[in-house]
Amino acid sequence: MAAQPQNVTGLLPAGEPVRFVAEDGTAGPPPPGYTEPSPERLREAYRRMVLGRRFDTQATALTKQGRLAVYPSAAGQEACQIAAALALRDDDWLFPTYRDSMALVARGLDPVQLMELLRGTWHCGYDPHATFTAPQCTPLATQTLHAAGLADAIRRRGEERVVLALIGDGGTSEGDFHEALNFAAVFHVPVVFFVQNNGFAISVPLAKQTRAPALAYKGVGYGVASEQVDGNDLVAVLSVLDHAVAHARRGGGPFLVEAHTYRMDAHTNADDATRYRDAAEVERWRAADPVRRLETHLRERGVLTEEDVAADAAAAEEFAAGFRARMNAEPEVDPLGLFAHVYAEPTRQLAAQRETLRAELAAQEG
Amino acid sequence: MEQLTMAQALNSALRDALKDDGRVLVSGEDVGPLGGVFRVTDGLTHDFGEDRCFDTPLAESGIVGHAVGLAMGGFRPVVEMQFDAFAYPAFEQITSHVAKLRNRTRGRVELPMVIRIPYAGGIGGVEHHCDSSEVYYTHTPGLRVVTPATPQDAYDLLRDAIESPDPVVFLEPKCRYWAREPVSFDRTGTPFDRAAIRRRGTDITLIAYGPMVATALAAAEAAAEEGRDVEVVDLRTLSPVDDETIAESVRRTGRAVVVHEAAGFCGYGAEIAARVSEQCFHHLEAPVLRVTGFDIPYAPPKLESSHLPNVDRILDAIDRLQWDDQVTLAAQGSVRDA
Repeated sequence: MAAQPQNVTGLLPAGEPVRFVAEDGTAGPPPPGYTEPSPERLREAYRRMVLGRRFDTQATALTKQGRLAVYPSAAGQEACQIAAALALRDDDWLFPTYRDSMALVARGLDPVQLMELLRGTWHCGYDPHATFTAPQCTPLATQTLHAAGLADAIRRRGEERVVLALIGDGGTSEGDFHEALNFAAVFHVPVVFFVQNNGFAISVPLAKQTRAPALAYKGVGYGVASEQVDGNDLVAVLSVLDHAVAHARRGGGPFLVEAHTYRMDAHTNADDATRYRDAAEVERWRAADPVRRLETHLRERGVLTEEDVAADAAAAEEFAAGFRARMNAEPEVDPLGLFAHVYAEPTRQLAAQRETLRAELAAQEG
Repeated sequence: MEQLTMAQALNSALRDALKDDGRVLVSGEDVGPLGGVFRVTDGLTHDFGEDRCFDTPLAESGIVGHAVGLAMGGFRPVVEMQFDAFAYPAFEQITSHVAKLRNRTRGRVELPMVIRIPYAGGIGGVEHHCDSSEVYYTHTPGLRVVTPATPQDAYDLLRDAIESPDPVVFLEPKCRYWAREPVSFDRTGTPFDRAAIRRRGTDITLIAYGPMVATALAAAEAAAEEGRDVEVVDLRTLSPVDDETIAESVRRTGRAVVVHEAAGFCGYGAEIAARVSEQCFHHLEAPVLRVTGFDIPYAPPKLESSHLPNVDRILDAIDRLQWDDQVTLAAQGSVRDA
């Protein structure tokens, strides 16, 4: 068990969010203690951001066509979504929420499998163990405890893997978030809690959610090293997450990162954001667009050409077209599968109920 | 065979599981050097090290949620909730995650974990220490819910629970922690998902579990003196329930009384009464009756004897089971004329 941390200052986040690239795409002086990720990784991040954004608009469009029951968009949060995926190795674990589909696409999960939840054909369509990705969590903050526990399993085995748990600003008010910070610190486990503070918990703005100077300050009370970052600056988010992940991987214990970002769309397609926020605020954040910001930065660095931009856009279109085509096919569902996985083996009662449903279905077909 | 209390039998089960399977971990509040408030984990940290049996921060949702992650990571956690009512902060973790993760992932993520909960009253505990919380868990598909009534079953059921691929809520009747009997460790007793007939009888079936099995057996002895031959079924597993053993017994006896400590309204006995009606209707000589706690928050220590079902209440219920002698009396006119 780790000793009590002595140095409070070492746990505190920077007074202002860490930033590498200004809203207009110009690079400032590198923030102390952080290094800019390699041009290759930033180039890859740009490609995945363009793809992720296109995926996101396609998913929203699919709700309008009735192909998805609901879709919580991550538009505006591309830097956070893609950096979360890029900061991890393939066999590190990611614990996403319902708003993090884009991160899962960036992780390489099959988009149709991961849409099973929102398509309504099952609850989680991908294999968590094969993808090292937990089911997208719809209860708030409960997944942060699972992440802490899985990180504890990793620690107990002496492995060098890490766990990254995603959570929103609203979720930090839930008790489980605080218990997770505490458990992670007490057991000194390799987990990074990554708060995407997008300004709203459905309609409730951050000012009504907390009086904390920043959500990143919630770490220090638990002895968890913390940082806050400009969530629309991919360079900064990836750099800070790299730092946090490395800290966890080398046995430094848990790390809390808060990214200041903005949810450009409503909570979901079923929500009406005009009831609780001004269009002017949304426009102001449009100026902080994370994709354009990285594009400007990389062009100035000579890492990204006109042709690259066109090629990435075309690849994203192609990806969206393939996704759309597969989603337009009528999904297969198996009513009898409802009984298959409640227990390792169906109980006698469930076997009987399955038989009842089977007979009902047979009668309907007959 | 060794004479063991139920608490000691549970300790032996944990000990043997820790010995047999390196993936088993024991965690909870005060389960470490103290050995748990009921001493069920006595000596485990000393003998197996703090890596295998360890104290956690005082947060029940955290204990269960942390164990979910451990189980996803390949361990087989056994967590202790200190008391029934103190498990409620973990309710979301248990119902939304522990119970559902296998189903949610089409069987790809198993959660072989055990949540031990000392439950029910009869020990003079102050409020929030004596709840009978079983139906909160039995109403949740995906959980197995078991409760031993004897030291032998405590050992057998806990070993089975730890080896189960499904998550198990393991309810320990704390008033029976100090009951003593010879306990065998050869695991040749009743299978995990089966009820046990504790006393053979021909006239009526008493159906009980956990803390009330001993009371039901005492009532059966008293009824024998009054000429009624009572069978006592100890359910052991509340979910899934062993319909076969119950139905087979009631079809033989034709009468049934369900006994439990928990409030009767929407209680476990309602489910059993419904199932017996559905499965044994043509064999029944009388409606299925329930003897349960009142529909009140658990009574304070000085009043709990008024609340808890006892032998007299069970005997009264047995008397109300429309025996032939009473039916004859009614037919002679006294009821009709009144």
